[in-house]
Amino acid sequence: MDHPSEDSPSSSDKSLGPTNHPQLPFPDEVLEKVLSFVNSHKDRSSVSLVRKDWYNAERWTRSKLFIGNCYSVSPEIVARRFPRIKSVTLKGKPRFSDFNMLPRDWGANVHPWLVMFAKVYPFLEELRLKRMTVTDESLELLAKSFSGFKALSLSSCDGFTENGLKALASHCRNLTELDIQDSISEDVGGGWLSSFPENFSSLEVLNFASLNSDISFDDLERLVSRCKSLRVLKVNETISLDQLQRLLVHAPLLTELGTGSFMQELTPRQYEEVETAFSNCKNLEALSGLWDANSLYLPLLYGACAGLTFLNLSDAPLQSGDFANLLVHCPNLRRLWVIDTVEDKGLEAVGSSCPLLEELRVFPADPYDRHHRDGVSESGFLAVSHGCPKLHYVLYFCRRMTNAAVITIVKNCPDFTHFRLCIMTPGQPDHLTNEPMDEAFGAVAKTCTKLKRLSVSGLLTDVSFEYIGKYAKNLETLSVAFAGSSDWGMQSVLEGCPKLRKLEIRDCPFGNTALLSGKLKYETMRSLWMSACNVTMKGCGILAREMPRLNVEVINDEGSDGSQADKVYVYRTVAGPRRDAPGFVLTL
Amino acid sequence: MSVPQEHDYIGLPVEKASDKILSPSSSATISSGFEKNEVLNLKRTELRLGLPGSESPERKAGFGVSLFGKEEGNNGFSQNFVSGSKRGFNDVINCSGNWGLCINGGSEVVDCKVEIPTVNILDEKKKNQPGNTAPASKAQVVGWPPVRSFRKNTLATNLPKNNEAAKQGPNCLYVKVSMDGAPYLRKIDLKTCSTYPEISSALAKMFSCFTIGQYGQGLAGKEGLSESGLMDLIHGSEYVLTYEDKDGDWMLVGDVPWGMFIDSCKRLRIMKGSDAIGLAPRTMQKFKNQN
Repeated sequence: MDHPSEDSPSSSDKSLGPTNHPQLPFPDEVLEKVLSFVNSHKDRSSVSLVRKDWYNAERWTRSKLFIGNCYSVSPEIVARRFPRIKSVTLKGKPRFSDFNMLPRDWGANVHPWLVMFAKVYPFLEELRLKRMTVTDESLELLAKSFSGFKALSLSSCDGFTENGLKALASHCRNLTELDIQDSISEDVGGGWLSSFPENFSSLEVLNFASLNSDISFDDLERLVSRCKSLRVLKVNETISLDQLQRLLVHAPLLTELGTGSFMQELTPRQYEEVETAFSNCKNLEALSGLWDANSLYLPLLYGACAGLTFLNLSDAPLQSGDFANLLVHCPNLRRLWVIDTVEDKGLEAVGSSCPLLEELRVFPADPYDRHHRDGVSESGFLAVSHGCPKLHYVLYFCRRMTNAAVITIVKNCPDFTHFRLCIMTPGQPDHLTNEPMDEAFGAVAKTCTKLKRLSVSGLLTDVSFEYIGKYAKNLETLSVAFAGSSDWGMQSVLEGCPKLRKLEIRDCPFGNTALLSGKLKYETMRSLWMSACNVTMKGCGILAREMPRLNVEVINDEGSDGSQADKVYVYRTVAGPRRDAPGFVLTL
Repeated sequence: MSVPQEHDYIGLPVEKASDKILSPSSSATISSGFEKNEVLNLKRTELRLGLPGSESPERKAGFGVSLFGKEEGNNGFSQNFVSGSKRGFNDVINCSGNWGLCINGGSEVVDCKVEIPTVNILDEKKKNQPGNTAPASKAQVVGWPPVRSFRKNTLATNLPKNNEAAKQGPNCLYVKVSMDGAPYLRKIDLKTCSTYPEISSALAKMFSCFTIGQYGQGLAGKEGLSESGLMDLIHGSEYVLTYEDKDGDWMLVGDVPWGMFIDSCKRLRIMKGSDAIGLAPRTMQKFKNQN
């Protein structure tokens, strides 16, 4: 439900079919039965637009709600339209908030939603939140309002402490999933884990890897041994290797494992026990954690890697040798996340050992270049593209790249759906030819016809955006930083990419002309973010005036002169201007 | 990195403090900034014996600020520093102001803190130090590169060459070394040594400039002071080599097997013999005999 329409659509042609004969109305029961098989929210949105009775049948049968921008609609509107919801996915802050670009207390508080859900959806079972503020009060309300509550997933959320989690653990008797990813909360204490009642045993998914505090290992061990259906377990760094071994003994059926710290002085006997425990994990598909893993202890893993499809080493800076040795044991990898300490040599090993690879993410060990590590370059990426023809998702942080390399890479892997290349020095040209990186991204746009998501970087002129506008016809998400020469760049994209939904721009020379050129388009998109560009308050004001169904919000930096609009967030909404906007957010 | 790596006399590749101060602002400047920075790096590493007051490409860690920062502070500091000390330090202090160069070495400048009584100017200077993280992070472009904060924290603690007392990476183990009477600390990678005599001579080389200074003009300029001469200075009754172990206790270097020493050593201190009261004479004798 990307853009729920409050009014029922197409109510005029109720009874005329394609042949212009009056049609027998489709019995509701049949329609509802058929619709119960339609799950994707995009499909359901389409269904709801056909005719009024379809709209009604759809809304009565929808049980899963997806709201990509919590401010695009209000809890009241949602409650009125959908009477029977069991699962909700809610996303809040714009993505750049992950990188500290939004002040604290910007909003996206889940509480008003929970208050409404408590009233209207007593049978709510699942809640998946991304980039939302979740307070302890909200978690307590959640814990107490839904007796059948099963699954909570918090991704990049903040605002809670262990007290909220304690309430959850104590009251949700049927909890099957507690999945906390990338938590931004500071010091969420560890006492919550001990709050699960002694007879509680329904957990299937437990992920607290991003919460740093000590928990009671005894309570964790007991919990794991009670929960016979546990298939996903991701512990935090405080859990040691020998403790992990004891957990694994209780949960041999795990499909996803996040280890704790992977460095510990083990006695030979302990070493053997850990090795055996890993070898007994026959069902392991995903592996993560591995803090402080090094050459001494990595071999412990080898027995568990045969069936591995997802290896997440983004917390384990490895050198190329250890990494290559590990990869040899992981022939079935589909997804791989690594740190650039493996360097190009490590990526060559990826090319030779992982023929089935579909997704690669390479994170920088040293994003601020404090230690002058080489990291990875174009040759590593090339090596992967040669050896992994099925590659379709890449996130690549590097310090240098060339146009020629990217052109070859997309020739080798034309099926990219997600191409996120981050050349870390802003505005850096092709390091061999010193030219802009226009041809590189042009090749990506032209060759990868399935491209849905693109992040560009390096020195780029308007030419690159012309290419994107001309060729990237399936593009849905575009991220731009330190690029472009004039308004024409942004305009090319707005005019050329019909499926564009999210556009986020920072530090580019795009101004009011570009902003206003897309005014009609923004109603077909989820959101637009522009920061540190050339947009003014006046331009934003014009946009707000001319497009009443868009919220145009501006945040100005301290000491700004008031004429420039430093941070602009534009999004379509049926809920009107935010009622909970903090003082620093100006809604025009 | 196209700038050739500097190697100090121990043979270790060396970080340039210029790079440390340099990098945040360099990421903020667009395109041509990169070439400019390279040129400056090379200049930075020139051995200079100029007087305090000559130009120093000191960089202020501030986003968007010009790459050449204020110099008065630095020079003033050098001035104060030099005036009270022996001649030897004159040669040692490079007026680039970044804690100077050793006459023996190349341009290695490492994390260091000043242990002499501080001057006001020092505080201002400290603000610009690469070792302090606050200015460095201010200098970075907010939100760039787009990496999540939790991930950054993890990586920062896992990388070697950190500011901590003893940070271990896959291939190195740097610990701070202080010497009584020396104006700044050094860092040594314990993994480059495998025996006690090796570490003794490495330290002797590292701190030779200070001992020369200590002993006045007579030895100043005598660059070729023999290694055994240095060793005598250090291992004679004048100095004792000690280390702080994991429990926070100060121990005499040489008592335990090398592997155990490496495991537990957090920092080193070259202590004046007269301060080493409480260490049994027998053990001191043992230490001397090892060399």
